[in-house]
Amino acid sequence: MKTPYPHYDVLAKWASPSFDDTTRAVLTQRLVAIPTRRFFTEAEWTLLEAIVARVLPQADRAEPIPITPWIDDALARGRSEGFRHDNMPTMPVAWRRGLAAIDAEARRLHGKDFIALDDAARDAVLTAIEHDEVDAALWQGLPAQRFFIDILVKTAAGVYYAHPAAWSEIGFGGPASPRGYVRLGADARDAWEAKEER
Amino acid sequence: MNAETPRAEKGRAPDIFERGGWMTMREFGLDEEVDFAIVGSGAGGATLACKLAESGFSVLVLEAGPFWRPLEDFASDELEQQKLYWTDERIIGGDNPIALGGNNSGRGVGGSTVHFSMVSLRFRPEWFQCRSLLGYGFDWPITYEEIAPFYDEAEAALRISGPVNYPWGPKRKRYPYREHEVSASGLVLARGAERLGVAWAATPLATVSAPAGKSPPCVYRGFCNFGCSTNAKQSALVAWIPRAIRAGAEVRDMAMVGRIETGAHGRVTGLHVQRRGRWHFQRAKNVVVAGYAIETPRLLLNSACPQFPQGLANSSGLVGTHLTTHAGPGVWATFDEEIRWYKGPPNIAVCEHWNYTDEGKDCHGAYAFMSQGPLPRAWAQNVATARYLWGDALRHEMMKYNHMAGLVPVAETEPRLQNRVELADETDQYGLRIPRVIFSYSDNDQRLQRHAVDFMWQMLEAAGGRDLWTSDDTSHILGTCRMGSSPESSVVNADGRSWDIPNLWICDGSLFPTCGGVNPSLTIQALALRIGARIREMAGRGEL
Repeated sequence: MKTPYPHYDVLAKWASPSFDDTTRAVLTQRLVAIPTRRFFTEAEWTLLEAIVARVLPQADRAEPIPITPWIDDALARGRSEGFRHDNMPTMPVAWRRGLAAIDAEARRLHGKDFIALDDAARDAVLTAIEHDEVDAALWQGLPAQRFFIDILVKTAAGVYYAHPAAWSEIGFGGPASPRGYVRLGADARDAWEAKEER
Repeated sequence: MNAETPRAEKGRAPDIFERGGWMTMREFGLDEEVDFAIVGSGAGGATLACKLAESGFSVLVLEAGPFWRPLEDFASDELEQQKLYWTDERIIGGDNPIALGGNNSGRGVGGSTVHFSMVSLRFRPEWFQCRSLLGYGFDWPITYEEIAPFYDEAEAALRISGPVNYPWGPKRKRYPYREHEVSASGLVLARGAERLGVAWAATPLATVSAPAGKSPPCVYRGFCNFGCSTNAKQSALVAWIPRAIRAGAEVRDMAMVGRIETGAHGRVTGLHVQRRGRWHFQRAKNVVVAGYAIETPRLLLNSACPQFPQGLANSSGLVGTHLTTHAGPGVWATFDEEIRWYKGPPNIAVCEHWNYTDEGKDCHGAYAFMSQGPLPRAWAQNVATARYLWGDALRHEMMKYNHMAGLVPVAETEPRLQNRVELADETDQYGLRIPRVIFSYSDNDQRLQRHAVDFMWQMLEAAGGRDLWTSDDTSHILGTCRMGSSPESSVVNADGRSWDIPNLWICDGSLFPTCGGVNPSLTIQALALRIGARIREMAGRGEL
């Protein structure tokens, strides 16, 4: 995927006044301490890896941004956003039920497990779920579209765009304490911001 | 040191202006009957605590979350800073369930002002007599003239940085600090407004544009909604808490209040509080509930007892009802120029035209709208959930991040009985019943949002935006324990005092009979200052 900021790396500012010790400590954890599996079963983990590879495809990256480990970590630690819809089970139940249902939809639509499908068929399964074109019986009362968009895609996007590699690709200034910014106008850029290649 | 264990104890509290710093803090014994025990330390609780402590009352503030030192605890990172939000489980329902958590809650000393947008606008004077003058909602039991001196006091204390001439509202004094530079995202609003022929302004903000005490001027790092790591932001944690502690208040952090105890004579006697995993009972002459519009009614309902079986302060049956929120449908556009909206306060420019213009609407109600500056994680989640984008489409869309600009309103919703906070059967980690928050828009609410979206759409097009699209959101939760003029039609009187229990008070956004078309924090603080002044007067006359 082509980024408008091919020469920008937010982490090049690591030792600059745009980073402080608190932020460096937080990002070191994120970059180095990738959690191991604690919540999902091995099969669920593998399935989620396959789904996430379509939700945020990273074929262009030598080192993909890890997503599944952080979803597992949040569930293992009982972390949630702080609310759930009254037609939604608790997060741990929703994730287990949702992953099983996606696999069941793959078998219903294509006669194979999700991980046995090629990319086009995987996308077709997820697109059907996005459109709520599902066999409700497979979802045990879980709202399919809401699970896919508001939980799975939202969570995965939240993990991906919390990673410095994603900040670099979209030209985000990244950490900015204590230095902040000086030039605030349109087409104005501080020397420590990403330069766009037009 | 872990902020999730109590810090404010052994006679000292964190000094927020020093890494690892401490300040002396008075502490009360459990058997010491404090004059005021205040539940919650946000815009309502911290402000009132400061005012009461400075008036010589003994004041204890109980806060469920940590006592942060922003200089060492706040990273420049969206994900890490999710720790500022109240994420205990809550259930949402209705036709338009309100997203909670990060959207509209705070956990920690300072409450949600620690991560608020700093927008500091006054209510339009007529909104205090909304029903009588504008024909919708409910009248407040106070007038603009009564609250105006306390708006002045709040603006001075928060060193609001605003324009020399603010285009809307009654003639006013100059803001204490000069306005902030309007960034490219705000200049989009300005350009659009000028082309449509309506006024705009640099938003009056509670972050300083020049040094103020130990607060340095804002450096425009743009992480305002994730906690200010420099203390430029005048949150309740910065503006009121150190003052309150210096005046003799205790702020007890990591202390969750589970129940208000009622005594034999129909008065409250104190609070059941959990800290370090153990419950204790704190005696108090007066209890003030300031937990914001979900936790406040939840605590009153969870404190039901044989004498008050439907919860405290609830003879009217109104506790938890008439919940309002601000609808925030966003309009977004792509621009040729680089906007880089991650820089500076996110809501740097404002248009209040439709707060002060009643003609030309097919509905009641009002709204302000502001320029926006979402950071990547929040922005990606908005793009994904509003447009169902995932896969390569999501990554492609995100590449436009630096060329985006948008407008989001703070659009009034009608106070209606059926929109409410109630108790679910499920219990939380403290064994307390969790809240269920039910919300549906009325037809009028929907019409007002369509009006806002149409107008903001025109403005973004006028400003040169292309590929416009919309999203849905809300902000703020208000009105679940409204103040009023009679015990039948309200939970508390104009002083925030319960009609049913004379030593029980409420001081937060729950009080709002209507929500107006502006962010509520300045009005909550002005109300708290007024309640503080009224309590002092009443105490002087022996009326407590």
